[in-house]
Amino acid sequence: MAISASYQQDCCTLCIVGPFTIYAAVEAKARLLQELTQAQELEVDLSGVVEFDTAGIQLLLLLKREATRQGKPLRFNGHSKAVLAVIDLYNMAGVFGDPVLISSGGT
Amino acid sequence: MDLDAARQVFFEECNELLAAMETALLAVENSADAERAEHINAMFRAAHTIKGSAGLFGLSEIVAFTHLCESVLDRLRDGELAINSGLIELLFACRDHVEALVDAVRDRVPAPAAAVLEDGLRGYMAKPVAIALGVPPTPQWEVAGDGDHVVSSDHWHISLRFSPDVLRNGMEPISFIRYLASLGRIVYLTTLYDALPEPEQMDPESCYLGFEIEFHAGPNVDKLTIENVFEFIRDDSTVRILPPHAHIAEFIRLIKESPEGMSRLGEILVRGGALTPFELDEVLGMQRDSLEAGEHRPLGSLLVEEGLVPAQAVAAALDKQREHAAQKTREHRVVRVDAGRLDTLIDLVGELVISGAAAQLSAGQSGNSVLIETISTLGELVERIRDEALSLRMVPVGEIFSRFPRVVRDASRELGKDIQLELAGEETELDKSMVDRLSDPLLHLVRNAIDHGIEARDARRIRGKADYGTVWLNAYHESGSVVIEVGDDGGGMNRERIRARAVERHLIDADEVLTDQQVLQLVFEPGFSTAETVTNLSGRGVGMDVVKRNIEALKGNIEIDSTDGEGTVVRLRMPLTLAIIDGFRVSVGPVSFVIPLDMVLECLDLPTESISRQHYLNLRGEVLPYLPLRELFEVDAPPAARRSVVVVQYGSKRAGLVVDSLEGELQAVIKPLGQLFRGVKGLAGSTILGSGAVALILDVPDLIGRAASDERRKVARIAAREARRPSMQEDGGS
Repeated sequence: MAISASYQQDCCTLCIVGPFTIYAAVEAKARLLQELTQAQELEVDLSGVVEFDTAGIQLLLLLKREATRQGKPLRFNGHSKAVLAVIDLYNMAGVFGDPVLISSGGT
Repeated sequence: MDLDAARQVFFEECNELLAAMETALLAVENSADAERAEHINAMFRAAHTIKGSAGLFGLSEIVAFTHLCESVLDRLRDGELAINSGLIELLFACRDHVEALVDAVRDRVPAPAAAVLEDGLRGYMAKPVAIALGVPPTPQWEVAGDGDHVVSSDHWHISLRFSPDVLRNGMEPISFIRYLASLGRIVYLTTLYDALPEPEQMDPESCYLGFEIEFHAGPNVDKLTIENVFEFIRDDSTVRILPPHAHIAEFIRLIKESPEGMSRLGEILVRGGALTPFELDEVLGMQRDSLEAGEHRPLGSLLVEEGLVPAQAVAAALDKQREHAAQKTREHRVVRVDAGRLDTLIDLVGELVISGAAAQLSAGQSGNSVLIETISTLGELVERIRDEALSLRMVPVGEIFSRFPRVVRDASRELGKDIQLELAGEETELDKSMVDRLSDPLLHLVRNAIDHGIEARDARRIRGKADYGTVWLNAYHESGSVVIEVGDDGGGMNRERIRARAVERHLIDADEVLTDQQVLQLVFEPGFSTAETVTNLSGRGVGMDVVKRNIEALKGNIEIDSTDGEGTVVRLRMPLTLAIIDGFRVSVGPVSFVIPLDMVLECLDLPTESISRQHYLNLRGEVLPYLPLRELFEVDAPPAARRSVVVVQYGSKRAGLVVDSLEGELQAVIKPLGQLFRGVKGLAGSTILGSGAVALILDVPDLIGRAASDERRKVARIAAREARRPSMQEDGGS
């Protein structure tokens, strides 16, 4: 897994590429929270996530809650197939509230 | 995504939530126990949701302020703070401040500061700001269930709480759920993440999730098969499987044992279909019945006696959930539509009505019976579409009424009067555009009633009235219009004083004879006030003349009923809609007129012998003034041999309109009058007939007013003559 950050003024876009799973969860948590602290606004691009699991979704939840607490806008976008499958299975699209593309094939 | 549209939804949501918060604040003072807790919860939910939505839009000022409110409300909710009037005042002010913040965002102006409020809130926070999404405390109570009640759900209910170690042990909840799905169908799944700790404590390799699953088992799948799915995690995770038709008691046990607390799980049970809303009602009913059995005893002690005490908590929670669930379904069944699009739709329907009429006309001329039949079916459909389209714009009057509890509360505090508000007819529907524009006139009338209407306590005692005054709002339908009343049981209006003031201001001559209604109508003259003292309340806002102008601009009218010493009722009579009406077409010579059908009472031939100078006729013993439209609108055509009278009614008044012939009913799309007719009184608009010709829509209230005033002038003349006789006493009434 690789996380790259690009800043445009105070808005930070994070790109997560590769498997976003329990194997990378510890470093992902540290990195995500660190970027959130620095940025005024955070956008997370999930289009490069090839593998996703419960650990991953917990981290997204944590980030979302922390962003709300700090009063910073946070958006997830470009949900990859792997991410969508888990969000669908867990019925959590409403929890995140981000616009997602619903695949015609279902899960 | 259209950000502007999303913002619009946010503003509307905020309005709703702020209204909910206000309602809860108004109610919290006079409630206790479970009810009070629910009101506090409602406030918390409102603050919390506004904070969340504001966060999505990056509105940091709103987030920061609502976060403070939420923290104080959270302490209230947890019982760490007691509610008192000072805190309620503060929360009212905070609610208003949130509204101001939201308005500032909408108007794109800088947010107002509220350091005092923030300090006030901080004063109620003993500890550092609590984090909103923490795990709610588990309620401590026992449940003794009713073992006989059966839940008639066809689904299994599976409740999963994974042990924190499952992920580390290489097991993935996703796989279990996928495996389960292969044995049947997952009807509904709710993921619980309340247990997710704070960032510092959160171990990314632990599992914090729980699931509530409604499962429809495939053929040959029994409890054992389902249990086997979770075989590997059963030892340290919690797996609960409730078969279909499980006993309520088992559900209650599930509720009790779940770590999330009641409010969350009950909602899940209903939403997931383990408990249908009907069953929920039934359970609530069972509990209420047992309450009703012991009328005089307090609910609590009765429940203890019946061994149902824990069920009280269930009932409270279920009550709350029922309300919550109802709200949920409402939310999902309502679609927000831009008002502009509705207007376009109604415009188009209007065009459809006109071309429908044209098609009907030419079909009739063609004599083709199949065509006539088809067009008439089409006509019926157009009519239904018209009605549906118009009803889309209808909203209940309650939408305006809902702001008044607060207005009355604030105003009565300010003036030191004890006043209660009664609302009735909130469900009466009115055109949305009208609702928006009625709000301010009503506000003024209510403030007036409180300020000038209701007397001081001492004065009330002398008159033998209750210490607290009553102000009421009522709405109802009456012959094609909506009536909204603002009433009070105050001192009523003193005619003498109004008269004297009017004479003083040279509005009338000292010896002018006026009817009771005319005297009361004087208060609508610009700058008119009979208040002896100018209070803070009466000093702000608009005068009654502006109220009257606003109402008349909406084609409504306003009248006052007042009994000295007993109270005043101000009655607004508003037309139902402004767009399309069912009309009745009449003609005078070559000119067509349209009368709104719901104001037409009956039609009769004008008897030749009653064509008199007085312009009234005897209608079954009643005097009916009439107006010949030919003369009124100066129609230049030879008089017809036979003429008809259309009897129209508006409010309680009637009049006859004399026309040459009756043409029948039609749907009329109201178009504004052309420049030429702008100044002509008695016309409400124009419409286009099927033939393409223009017809004029009559302003019935105005015409009735004129017919009546013709008559009144005569009465006044006679009365004045009588008054000059020295032996007679003048009487203002008629």
